[in-house]
Amino acid sequence: MDRKLIKQRSEYKWLIEKVGKMNVEGVIYASEPLIQGMDDKVAEQVRNVAALPGIVLASYAMPDAHWGYGFCIGGVAAFDPSQDGVISAGGVGFDIACGVRTLHTGLKTHQIEHLKTEIADKLFRRIPAGIGSTGKLKLNQQKLDEVLEGGAVWAVEHGFGTKEDLRFIESGGRINEAGPSCVSYEAKKRQEEEMGTLGSGNHYLEVQKVVEIYDENTARAFGIEPDDIKISIHCGSRGLGHQIGTDYLKQMTVAAKEAGLELPERELACAPLNSPVGKRYLGAMRSGINCALANRQILTHLVREVFADILPQAQIRLLYDVSHNTCQEEEHEIGGKRKKLFVHRKGATRAFGPGRAELPAEYCAFGQPVLIGGTMGTSSYILVGTERGEKLSLSSSCHGAGRQMSRTAATKKWNGKDVARKLEQQGVFIRSASMRGLAEEAPGAYKDVSEVVEVSHQLGLATKVAKLIPLICVKG
Amino acid sequence: MWEHFSHPADVGIRGVADTLERAFAETAYALMAVMCDPRSIRPLEAVDIRCEAPDVELLLAEWLNSLIYEMDVRKMLFNRFEVSITGLQLTAKIRGEKIDPRRHQTSVEVKAATYMELKVYKNNNLWTAQCVVDV
Repeated sequence: MDRKLIKQRSEYKWLIEKVGKMNVEGVIYASEPLIQGMDDKVAEQVRNVAALPGIVLASYAMPDAHWGYGFCIGGVAAFDPSQDGVISAGGVGFDIACGVRTLHTGLKTHQIEHLKTEIADKLFRRIPAGIGSTGKLKLNQQKLDEVLEGGAVWAVEHGFGTKEDLRFIESGGRINEAGPSCVSYEAKKRQEEEMGTLGSGNHYLEVQKVVEIYDENTARAFGIEPDDIKISIHCGSRGLGHQIGTDYLKQMTVAAKEAGLELPERELACAPLNSPVGKRYLGAMRSGINCALANRQILTHLVREVFADILPQAQIRLLYDVSHNTCQEEEHEIGGKRKKLFVHRKGATRAFGPGRAELPAEYCAFGQPVLIGGTMGTSSYILVGTERGEKLSLSSSCHGAGRQMSRTAATKKWNGKDVARKLEQQGVFIRSASMRGLAEEAPGAYKDVSEVVEVSHQLGLATKVAKLIPLICVKG
Repeated sequence: MWEHFSHPADVGIRGVADTLERAFAETAYALMAVMCDPRSIRPLEAVDIRCEAPDVELLLAEWLNSLIYEMDVRKMLFNRFEVSITGLQLTAKIRGEKIDPRRHQTSVEVKAATYMELKVYKNNNLWTAQCVVDV
């Protein structure tokens, strides 16, 4: 990044001063090497978001930030509805409530080591993944409305999991005030056969091993011990969420013009929170969140079926489920007063500190688990939200490694079969519907996830609890 | 002529041709090439598409998003695109077949055509139509 665009304020904090139409300053959290690799466009997008009406505190970029649509990926921005604040479809993204769910298995490495091939093959057969894949559930528009209202609660009521699961999902597995009637026929049509599917691209299902514990007390509270086998699922709201994003980006382009907003990028399209389009989008986006929560719940059920078949002693329980593409209504302190804000996190993870009422009782004294996905060949991390993060970033942290190379460049550099072979030599069993997809997702195409997590840890946005490495990875 | 251009996280698609319609068709081909090798698709079934937009750039986004919608709900891939544009209204007949992941060597699914790098322009008698797609 061009240093003229930013001013370094501390080892990991870079400022974009409030000038021109900006309503607040911009803040980028990154280390020197991460800033070096960051595109100038990130600074431009942080600045553009800072100029939107009703933004409070600052326009933030997390350590894994890169060039996105309107908002940068890794962007966090809160808007006050009482100050004509806006909501933006681009600030949430096309994959609404894409997120990570991590599961306990009650197993240790030695119990699965000799079964890795069988587990990998059976998971790959059971989990629908890749372009054109469909789930076993076929839901008509009316049934889908129930999913969009009910989220993971709907899934549990229909036999996919237990009530106990719900306590460990953000918002108890169901976000209130969803508006299925705000979701188009087309969006629902795209979802009719896609419940319980993984998708493609950077989405995955991994069987992982805990290799390092950084914070023993919190790890104990989260149920993490060295050598534990955990399972992580990274996916979102599938076709429904993608279509909601497409539909409302279009509507907000018109709404922004009507509200007299001059937008430097079309993707910044937004609508006042209190406007009809803004309210409809909120209803649709919340439906998308519930769709994603139900989707990950159904996938969990499929994982349980596979393990019941191979390792009946496995006890698959939720560690946590957190989304990283959302706009959520939250209370935060602004100038000594508690205020209701709408916090956009686009490729950023909510990271509540200890004491928040939203957390399950077991975690309340410690903070919220923050689940950070790595690449097929590196590692994932579990972090915990802090009190400090509330002031630094509206309780937000990074969400993953973040790409450093385009897909086009990655396919020129790597070959899918070689990537799979190399990873298997390292002990990571890959199953994928697409060899080209594997080349595009090669670990080298991503930034160093450890560096991204370290910045979050050093700053205290969220601090390290445990490190996990993949043993099996199913990809679309 | 079609091509992909680099974008840090996603993929840019571009079509260049002597008419606006053919540039739109080339961009559609570039879209398919993000997901598979379009030469592996057999044009067995035809689907009609109709869309409109307030300007020609948004019309390109509409066209590509209509294709993404048809692919997703029909679980099909397409490689023939006959496009007609009158004013800001587009009609098209597209041809393709049901997805067979083994034969089509599918790669990454496109979630949406975005407004990023969304441009439609004429230069030296050649039309260019492009945008970044979210994958």
